[in-house]
Amino acid sequence: MTERAKLLLEIADDELILGWRDSEWTGIAPFLEEDVAFSSIAQNEIGHARALYELAAGDLGTTADELAFDRTPEEYRCAQLVELRRLDWAHTIARHWLYETADAIRIEALKASDDAELAGLAAKIDREEVYHRMHAEMWAERLRNEPRFREAVDELWPYAFGLLEGEQREALCERVERQAVEPVVRGGHSDELRELWEEMTIVRRSVPGAAW
Amino acid sequence: MVWEVFRQERAGQAFQHAGSLSAPDLRFAEIYARDFYGRRNESEALWLVPREQIHGVGEFADELERNYHRVDGYSLKAKLKEARDRAGKAPAGDR
Repeated sequence: MTERAKLLLEIADDELILGWRDSEWTGIAPFLEEDVAFSSIAQNEIGHARALYELAAGDLGTTADELAFDRTPEEYRCAQLVELRRLDWAHTIARHWLYETADAIRIEALKASDDAELAGLAAKIDREEVYHRMHAEMWAERLRNEPRFREAVDELWPYAFGLLEGEQREALCERVERQAVEPVVRGGHSDELRELWEEMTIVRRSVPGAAW
Repeated sequence: MVWEVFRQERAGQAFQHAGSLSAPDLRFAEIYARDFYGRRNESEALWLVPREQIHGVGEFADELERNYHRVDGYSLKAKLKEARDRAGKAPAGDR
């Protein structure tokens, strides 16, 4: 697999799994307006995953659906940050804020890439991510002094730190005003991913090749 | 806090009331309004107004039925008929 395909899959898997996790709030978010806004963010993330899978699928001679649903859980390249099932709002916003901040650093680098296809797609995705960041930042500021939120950020920080590599990690430390920690690195998966995978792929597995 | 949302469908058109939403401050209101009234490209622009900033005016007295003030005008039909009837009955020299 080329470096480009690996990178595309990492980001696509992050976006798909996070989109899935965020969509678990649909119908039960703290209030109606937030329910709509957060569901729409979840939907956007899955849309970004599709665009990234499509680009990767071209390189790998497969399809976006096959990449999204026909791999084994071990083959997913997502970071553990997005896998965690954390149905409480403090953790959800902590993850959302940490992820969006890290993702912004990653997207900026892609936008500056010599690979025109990659840079073009990153620019497109970023035009939607701007609103995700606005949403994440307003919530993070609002909850900044809430002990539950601060504890959630502390708990998730090593996971967020492991989302990026090298210089991008330093940039993340600066943006979230935190010190480097021992990261939860990409590669291993939590049991929560397997459970999610069972749910996410159930239709594909029950009727292989189904289209609708 | 309740925000009233007004939307402009096309550039140059008047803003019309679109609905309302609940949000703790302007930042939240903007994010939610974008989602509710903008994400399908159905609006050119939005106005967000805190409901408490709106001064409502209602109940317009018209005790003396001065219907000539009204936009639906004042009906000449009955008065014209009356006048014609009177004119028809009157002797020619009186017209």
